[in-house]
Amino acid sequence: MNKTRKTFSYAKYGYLFSLPFIIAFLVFSLYPTIYTAILGFTDCKGLGNTDWHLLTDDLWANFRKIFKNQMFKTSLQNTLVIWIVNFIPQMTIALVLTAWFTSHSFDIKGKGFFKVVFYMPNIITAATVAMLFYSLFSYPKGPINDLLKDVGIFQTNYDFHTDKVVSKLVVAFIQFWMWYGNTMIVLISGVLGISPDIYEAAQIDGANGVQTFFRITIPNLKTVLLYTLVTSLVGGLNMYDIPKLYLDGGPDNATLTTSVFIYKKAFSGMYIYNQAAAASMIMFIIISVLSGLLFYIMRDKDEVRENRERRAARKAAKLEARRSR
Amino acid sequence: MTVRNSKKPSAVVFSIVAYTFCILLAILSIMPFVVMIVNATRSTAQIQEHAISFIPGTELMKNMKILSTGTFHPMRGFVNSLIVSVGSTVCAIYFSTMTAYAIVAYEWKLKRGFFTVILAVMMIPAQVTSIGFIQMMYKIGMVNNFLALILPSIASPAIVFFMRQYMIPSLPMEILQSARIDGASEFRIFNQIALPMMKPAMATQAIFAFVSSWNNLFMPSIILTKDRLYTMPMMVSQLRGDMYRTEYGSIYLGLCLTVLPILVVYFLLSKHIIAGVALGGVKG
Repeated sequence: MNKTRKTFSYAKYGYLFSLPFIIAFLVFSLYPTIYTAILGFTDCKGLGNTDWHLLTDDLWANFRKIFKNQMFKTSLQNTLVIWIVNFIPQMTIALVLTAWFTSHSFDIKGKGFFKVVFYMPNIITAATVAMLFYSLFSYPKGPINDLLKDVGIFQTNYDFHTDKVVSKLVVAFIQFWMWYGNTMIVLISGVLGISPDIYEAAQIDGANGVQTFFRITIPNLKTVLLYTLVTSLVGGLNMYDIPKLYLDGGPDNATLTTSVFIYKKAFSGMYIYNQAAAASMIMFIIISVLSGLLFYIMRDKDEVRENRERRAARKAAKLEARRSR
Repeated sequence: MTVRNSKKPSAVVFSIVAYTFCILLAILSIMPFVVMIVNATRSTAQIQEHAISFIPGTELMKNMKILSTGTFHPMRGFVNSLIVSVGSTVCAIYFSTMTAYAIVAYEWKLKRGFFTVILAVMMIPAQVTSIGFIQMMYKIGMVNNFLALILPSIASPAIVFFMRQYMIPSLPMEILQSARIDGASEFRIFNQIALPMMKPAMATQAIFAFVSSWNNLFMPSIILTKDRLYTMPMMVSQLRGDMYRTEYGSIYLGLCLTVLPILVVYFLLSKHIIAGVALGGVKG
């Protein structure tokens, strides 16, 4: 009944039970990643072509072409612009709603109902949402045009789909509309995780609602806010369904995001896999850096301390052993 | 709000502002869906006359007929989406729970490193590796095969992460130990003792796994090239075809059909879904 032997004999089940995950990860995730990276250095083109050679004269040619590609630059710029235009109002409104819904001095009725309604757009198929907004903004006849004319803002119907600025704004709006409810729920649960003692102390000290929010809620919510920021940024960098189905990147590439760019390069027209792979790798590196950041934010603080203590203990034991020798 | 004495009138103003804002946002969230559902029952002529209406029309069957003469096949898309979504949800939930169990219930050398890897790859989206993925699928002949969309979900780092967080406080090791003494095999302990105890967490994650698989557009649209294999979100793009250019009523109806299952799931399980979102976002 030796204790160390017992743990040892069960260790193999740890490996056994994680084996399906490891195999699926290696085959469907790690291998394609490495494959994509390699393809970025080859001449691989054409639908279904799996016969390729490494570029011998200029290994970085595809990467250089992508960096020089005006369309890629535009798509990267669009992606960031659309993300920022959606994120700022999304965060602001989510924070305001969070403050209201968790307020101690004022109880909003129907919180449950509002949460359900605000979250709803997030769960609906993005492809359908994009197509729905395409129909809502349609020209010459469409719900939005009708509405604006009824209210008296517009005199004649306006073709929203050919306006570059409006198209970008609509895509950003859809993104905002789909995500503010989600952000709000995450923030609310973050606030509910803050110790009620702090709020009680603030109340005794005579802090009002606004002061409590800015001096207590926001500082204590830092981790959750960073989490939302990074996940939203990674999601925004991968935005595909909405720009693809809303106007297919148009008009004149105004809503072309990097994911739509990669799709267009790799899976339509000329099937230029190698350049698309190079563009993918550039995005991969950007996203990896961001996830690294998130990983750092979310790391288990107790575990970090535990590890440090364990290391210190081991060091001390070693010193002890050396001294006794 | 700053002066205590004036609390009452300012509280009234505040509540008016707050409720107005919330109600406006609620309208903003619901309106597009209302327009979609109502217009699905109206004829193209009616929609052209007044695009916004709250009175359902009577043209639902006619729209359905027009819709089914084109390239949009709701039934086929529904079945295809169901196969892919159910398959990948089952794989994701079962194997993620198993992986989390391996991390929580056993001590093994590479455990810490393995968990770090899971955390690190959690955020990497499938999109950036899609080119290597499709090349591999061409090589092993799995293009136009649903398994190419189902099997990768065996490795779902985000679900493993969630399951581990849930399992640590809720899975008592003593029970596993006593089952061992009774002579149960490790595999049986997992399937018959650990798995049932994880049911609430599995249900929450299953909803999200199902919805995200159902809504997925990018991966199916590169793997599936034959239109008889199209999933629901891919069917949406069919509505952009020339066939339906002027058939507004049918387009709205088609959109309705693509989100119908999701809407049903949402209205039945909204409480659990929102609780799940709240749980997933908070950590540390």
